Amino acid sequence: MGRALINVPAKAKRGEIIEIKALVSHPMETGYRTGPDGTLVPRDIIQRFVCTYNGEEVFSADLFPAIAANPFIAFTTVATESGTITFRWIDDQGRGQIETAKITVE
Amino acid sequence: MARLDGMRANRRDVLAAGAGALSLLLTRPARATPESMAVAIRSFVGEATVQKGRVALDIPALVENGNSVPLKVTVESAMTSDDFVKTIAIFNERNPQPNVANFHLTPRSGRAEVSTRIRLGDSQTIVAIAQLSDGTFWSDQAELVVTLPACVES
Amino acid sequence: MRRPPLRAWACVAALVLGATTGLATEIPPAQRRSGFDDMSRESQAMQRDDTANPGMLGVLEGETLWNEKAGFAGRSCADCHGDARASMRGVAARYPAYSAEQGRPVDLEGRINLCRETRQNALPLPRESREMLALSAYVAHKSRGMAITAGEDPRLEPFRARGEVLYRQRQGQLNLSCAQCHDDNWGKQLAGAIIPQGHPTGYPLYRLEWQSLGSLPRRLRNCMVGVRAEPFAPGSPEVVDLELFLMSRARGLPIETPAVRP
Repeated sequence: MGRALINVPAKAKRGEIIEIKALVSHPMETGYRTGPDGTLVPRDIIQRFVCTYNGEEVFSADLFPAIAANPFIAFTTVATESGTITFRWIDDQGRGQIETAKITVE
Repeated sequence: MARLDGMRANRRDVLAAGAGALSLLLTRPARATPESMAVAIRSFVGEATVQKGRVALDIPALVENGNSVPLKVTVESAMTSDDFVKTIAIFNERNPQPNVANFHLTPRSGRAEVSTRIRLGDSQTIVAIAQLSDGTFWSDQAELVVTLPACVES
Repeated sequence: MRRPPLRAWACVAALVLGATTGLATEIPPAQRRSGFDDMSRESQAMQRDDTANPGMLGVLEGETLWNEKAGFAGRSCADCHGDARASMRGVAARYPAYSAEQGRPVDLEGRINLCRETRQNALPLPRESREMLALSAYVAHKSRGMAITAGEDPRLEPFRARGEVLYRQRQGQLNLSCAQCHDDNWGKQLAGAIIPQGHPTGYPLYRLEWQSLGSLPRRLRNCMVGVRAEPFAPGSPEVVDLELFLMSRARGLPIETPAVRP
């Protein structure tokens, strides 16, 4: 998959709603394009995105070829406690990529 | 479909395989239509009625480039454990496939608000449907014109 | 996606040919502006937000490459240049720069390859390769926000002048020059988009049309094919001279790498 850029505030107040942004490098090949030799380029997309907060799933998404290349997702979550927010992207072949971010909640 | 797994293919199998291959050559990738979008929406909401409202689909009316169109969906909801948005599903009517994405939220989401960037193959209508924890469905839609920048890759 | 039909291009060409009789007029310095201002609000927001800007993924990758040992010399960029935030600050703003080794200007990618061949004993990176774009994005990003100063070296003048000739000459089957669109008709609409002034302030940039990072020669290729001219090869003397002219013309505007454009 490649690089990922995550934006999670390093600090937040307990109960505060924080915005999280996640961007990952991936061509999101739709399977509908033809390559230079005229044959269809096979589909290869990230189909699932999961965000867990200290192990509990707080947000997830099912993605389809209509999601733009280098998928970008922004969503919110409540800052409940300090810990680790984990991001997982899973592609058509079941290959995954994991990124984490730490948050301090006071 | 013909079996090609070590068993001797009989004449009927070979003819069927040939016809299948020929039909593949003749058909092009299916394109979504307003009807197939309706089918996809039906499979998401089942028998329930989809009501207009509570959902705000924020997407530019005039799209600079269909390869990457920013989209934001917000749903009016307290987002408590008794009353929250479970899923926000986005549909389109003219891309090859009617689904765009399904976002699954939880009471821990705080707000029902999601942003992403999508691809649009043509000017069309986009529909966002929110499934609430009480089993109701709400929606918003937007009609977009997709243009192309000048001087594109040949 | 549909492409504008040739008929539309012919109409444009006819209008432009009819409108301009004399030399194309340069843009007054006070009216110069980046293509950033011609984009939609959404694209501008994408460029401004480092977590939403896909070009930043290339910058991240470039950072890894900067620190990676390469070639038979087993040397990384960092081994000679240290922390890029200090050593590369302002570099992209003054490129294309004069190379004593070559006796002519080189662009940033050309300079990177010169280093690879002569200092790292490594094979040059193919232009437009992922690695080259990532590395040049990383280096140019260190000049982000700084005013362009390219072309001030007097040794560059003959090459800048050659680039200006290329910019003003009519070319291709549509017989249009760069100047006719980007000096005379900037701000007007062409095929649903606003014609920018054509200042290369943000290269390599993430073009939505490409769904990836790409270089200035790639963008110029799109333009030249658009007027049905034979595009310049990346790294060729013509395209470097043209880039030198364009960057000199953009002097004072800030570097935006990695920019986003439609």
